[in-house]
Amino acid sequence: MIDLDAVTSGSRLALSRLLSEVENGTSAGKDALDRLFVRSGRAHLVGITGAPGTGKSSLVSCLAKVMRSRLNKTVAIVAIDPSSPFTGGAILGDRVRMRDLAGDPGVFIRSMASRGALGGLARATAAVVQVLDASGFDIVMVETVGAGQNEVDIARLAHTTIVVDSPGMGDDIQAIKAGILEIADILVINKADVPGAENTERALRANLDLGYTVRVNHDAAHRVTVTEEKDERTDWLPPILKTIATQNSGIEEVVDQIMAHREHLESTGEWKQRDRERLRAEVFAQLQETLMQRWEQQVSPARIDDALARVYERALSPAAAIETLINDSYNKN
Amino acid sequence: MGEKKIRVLIAKPGLDGHDRGAKVVARALRDAGMEVIYTGLRQSPEMIAEAALQEDVNVIGLSILSGAHLVLVPRVVDLVKANGQKDVLIFVGGIIPEEDVAELTSAGVTAIYGPGTSTSKVVEDIQAAFPAA
Repeated sequence: MIDLDAVTSGSRLALSRLLSEVENGTSAGKDALDRLFVRSGRAHLVGITGAPGTGKSSLVSCLAKVMRSRLNKTVAIVAIDPSSPFTGGAILGDRVRMRDLAGDPGVFIRSMASRGALGGLARATAAVVQVLDASGFDIVMVETVGAGQNEVDIARLAHTTIVVDSPGMGDDIQAIKAGILEIADILVINKADVPGAENTERALRANLDLGYTVRVNHDAAHRVTVTEEKDERTDWLPPILKTIATQNSGIEEVVDQIMAHREHLESTGEWKQRDRERLRAEVFAQLQETLMQRWEQQVSPARIDDALARVYERALSPAAAIETLINDSYNKN
Repeated sequence: MGEKKIRVLIAKPGLDGHDRGAKVVARALRDAGMEVIYTGLRQSPEMIAEAALQEDVNVIGLSILSGAHLVLVPRVVDLVKANGQKDVLIFVGGIIPEEDVAELTSAGVTAIYGPGTSTSKVVEDIQAAFPAA
């Protein structure tokens, strides 16, 4: 059994080893997760997502520095990069952009390979985050794999989701498509010194305006002013912020908004609600996995092969094959 | 979902700026199914040991072409052991003169790969050391 006191009292070796057990899904890891659960739920979970090359890692590094120096918070970072679909190997390169954080005992960085999961996170990311949360980090930042349009699992995991865009990534039609932009609590346009940043900002702002109530005022002199209306109690209008991570520019404002978003979540009760939704999803995800495992223990591999063979011959549909296999395993009991 | 992967840190200590060799090795290990954490150029021994600790790696590969290996490598080995990671395998690649090999080996380096070494040799050595993963 893993010694959790060492983990929660700040031993980095113990923490690091536990993270491996959890990532590998070992029984010791699962047992530790069980015991750590009561200590979790305190950290502010901040997700950072966006297309490859928009500057997520650099931005995370800058944000962590400000959170350390100005807010005096301890910060854990989980950075996910893709695994090869062919060999299962991975190059995890996010640390290259985070070298400025080296030597700070209040920062812990862990790289994870996605290991075949498709939603932008690894299957064990939620568990790894839970361990970091329970071991006392104030803020846990999760950087997803370079995400396209559908890698939106981060929104379920994080309290605050930051979507990073950069100039030249597509026009206003890309911006109104469903998916990644919808999950943003904060929108950041990084590389704001690159030509085209204004176009990116305009496209993002126009898209936001389609979804939020905007009041157009015409005054007596026919001047038009636009005010964005938000219900202070429920609605949060995602701010659009411009940064240049390589020059450390605009970072303070992003941290301000992360903190403002946290206050917003707490004052509206959404913090609790998001937490509940996350735990509910977690319970059902684990339930699915457990049921699958139990089912696999109950049905003989020969029966599965048999059913598959009939599917290959087009003699049995996948749905019918599943019915047969499930009935088999019930009849055995 | 029990899945164990060999985790390798590939790092370049010191000040030389040529990381092609390190990238070739990183790529070869990736293609052999390992998870390779690459940290980039100009790392201090402290940075390398810290990364190895946080990432809980099984193997550390150090690439040095600057000639400072007798200073940098033993320091990395000492820091890693001091952190409690006693079973980590540490190998060195780059330009290492024959007469320095013994000193590095006695410092705790498990293998030294000079120019012309096949990447499959590196892969095989690591796989032999961690057969379970």
